Amino acid sequence: MSLKDKLLSSYLTFQENQDFDNSIHDIKDAAIKIFEEKGFPTKKDENWKYTSLNSLVKGDFSLVGRNEDAIEFRDVKKYFLNDIDTYKIVFIDGKYSSYLSETTHDGVDVCLLSAALTKPKYKPVIDKYFDKIVKKDSLTSLNTAFAREGAYIYVPKGKTVSKPIQIVHFATGLESSLMLQPRNLVVVEENAEVQIIERHQSLNSNAVFTNSVTEIYAADHARVDYYKIQNDKEAASLIDNTHIDQQTSSEVAVHTFSFGGKLTRNNLNFYQNGEHNNSILKGVTIIEDKQHVDHNTLVHHKQPNCESHQDYKGIFDDRATGVFNGKVVVDSVAQKINAYQSNNNILVSDKASINSKPQLEIFADDVRCSHGCTIGQLDEDALFYMKTRGIGEKEGRALLMYAFANNVLESVKIPQLKSRITKLIANKLGVNLGFEV
Amino acid sequence: MLEINNLNAGIEDKEILRGIDLKVNAGEVHAIMGPNGSGKSTLSSVIAGKEEYEVSGGDILFEGESILEMDADERAHKGVFLSFQYPVEIPGVSVTNFIKTAINQTRKAKGLEDMPASEMLKKIREKSELLEIDRKFLSRSLNEGFSGGEKKRNEIFQMAMLEPKLAILDETDSGLDIDALRIVSNGVNKLRSSDNAVIVITHYQRLLEYIVPDFVHVLVNGKIVKSGGKELALELEEKGYDWVKAETAV
Repeated sequence: MSLKDKLLSSYLTFQENQDFDNSIHDIKDAAIKIFEEKGFPTKKDENWKYTSLNSLVKGDFSLVGRNEDAIEFRDVKKYFLNDIDTYKIVFIDGKYSSYLSETTHDGVDVCLLSAALTKPKYKPVIDKYFDKIVKKDSLTSLNTAFAREGAYIYVPKGKTVSKPIQIVHFATGLESSLMLQPRNLVVVEENAEVQIIERHQSLNSNAVFTNSVTEIYAADHARVDYYKIQNDKEAASLIDNTHIDQQTSSEVAVHTFSFGGKLTRNNLNFYQNGEHNNSILKGVTIIEDKQHVDHNTLVHHKQPNCESHQDYKGIFDDRATGVFNGKVVVDSVAQKINAYQSNNNILVSDKASINSKPQLEIFADDVRCSHGCTIGQLDEDALFYMKTRGIGEKEGRALLMYAFANNVLESVKIPQLKSRITKLIANKLGVNLGFEV
Repeated sequence: MLEINNLNAGIEDKEILRGIDLKVNAGEVHAIMGPNGSGKSTLSSVIAGKEEYEVSGGDILFEGESILEMDADERAHKGVFLSFQYPVEIPGVSVTNFIKTAINQTRKAKGLEDMPASEMLKKIREKSELLEIDRKFLSRSLNEGFSGGEKKRNEIFQMAMLEPKLAILDETDSGLDIDALRIVSNGVNKLRSSDNAVIVITHYQRLLEYIVPDFVHVLVNGKIVKSGGKELALELEEKGYDWVKAETAV
């Protein structure tokens, strides 16, 4: 049975076992229909030309994990940011792990989507926000149909969440191959502020296929800082669908660090629904072997006087492949906007490749849109310069690549995370340069 | 310390150096002067080990050992330092991190442990004071957005940190105002000792008022056509390079 058929046939059983109210059941019924019609995307879809899901959709994935508290904190400690205090929402094979988590309802809600979807007190927020901003594409719809568990974060007007929130999804590998569909809902009201770090991590080399959806709502003057750490094992594949609604004078930044995993696809969609929005999209991709990372971004400028900044850098070794498809749409009313996009890549090996495709659709006439894309090798003059100072070929290359990638980290606002990512980059490039980090 | 014998070198079939002979002993300062295109920068690049240049004849000995087969970084580890006319910008690496990496790589090549952090900091403080370098400057990205003077000062700062046996200063005076020239020269003079040597490559005599050479060589068309003491530089300044060209024309 194909994965699609398996999903469709398990949908009814799944629904019967859930105590959602009718409005949620209706949303899910509509979503499964969309998935049934559209199916998984194929390379014939323009947006999926360079990323094939073939090997995944043929896989025999279990749709439910074994509900076992199979991991000890000490075994997974390294996957958390430990040197600062944080809230934690942790899932093991798709199930909430209370003993690894630290949630709160003190002024803000940092808890579980399953609770929010079923308890009456959350109904007003769920009715207003759940599944409202998402694109009705097949993968997001598939997630909507099965969505039950994930993070629920609600920050009321004027509140700043006192510490960053870590959302971590572990896959134990107890199943030989497992499909996970986490769903996060983040609502940040007027003048409120939150920082979130999200990570998907498998614990052994069994296959995991994660189709994740995150909805983020930033009300007037809200600030959201979201970090995605994608440094998974070789048999883990991730499709991340993130949809962001921005209201007047809000600022939302999403940083994506892609250092590992078999196949990673980021569908990152920003909708600017108010004036004076600032949208920040940054990415560092460093991959090797046969890894594949695809960044598919959309910034839809629907209002005047807004800004967007995209800066994606990639380093590709061995037979690794990358895709950058960055679309910027400027509606005719969206005058005086400033949209900046940059995608720079280094191919370390002859066999590595990157497909970079900027797409601008501009219907307003008084705007600033700039985009640039480079694909290159390392600067030989810089290498010679470093050699004359005693820095050898290998270290010189590493230092140059480090410098190239590290530039993106300037906008990371959590110092401990910045230092963690800096170390990851240095390790990833294979040389300990003894930096002050 | 350095002995160049009948060196012929060029790039992509184009011969630039045609039989250079030069001997530099410890404690000496040599100036190499010459008009544009005479091969001055090629000579410094070949000594430092730039791979694009093809050596077609002759040899370069450093402390009695041929360095032609060595990579640029190996030459640096032996104590050869080249100060660039146009230092390369490396965004994302601070001056401090760069010099720390350079020093520890050199120590590693000699089988030494990394320099202890306290010693490193002390040395950085000492040498940056010598070159009147502000602390804030050290945390900036290497050469990125530096003025011409800042770049050259940074080159000499790195030289001070690395303490090479042989320093080649390629057009270090270009792009410097008079204050920067004074600071840079003062730095170089303070680093001079009986154990090291300096080769100053310059188009103009100006720098040699500050860094006084023991020997002056005139390079024309890939050959050293005239050598003498420091007074030769003055004579050149007065009469121009055409005078040497005319005098040495066959």
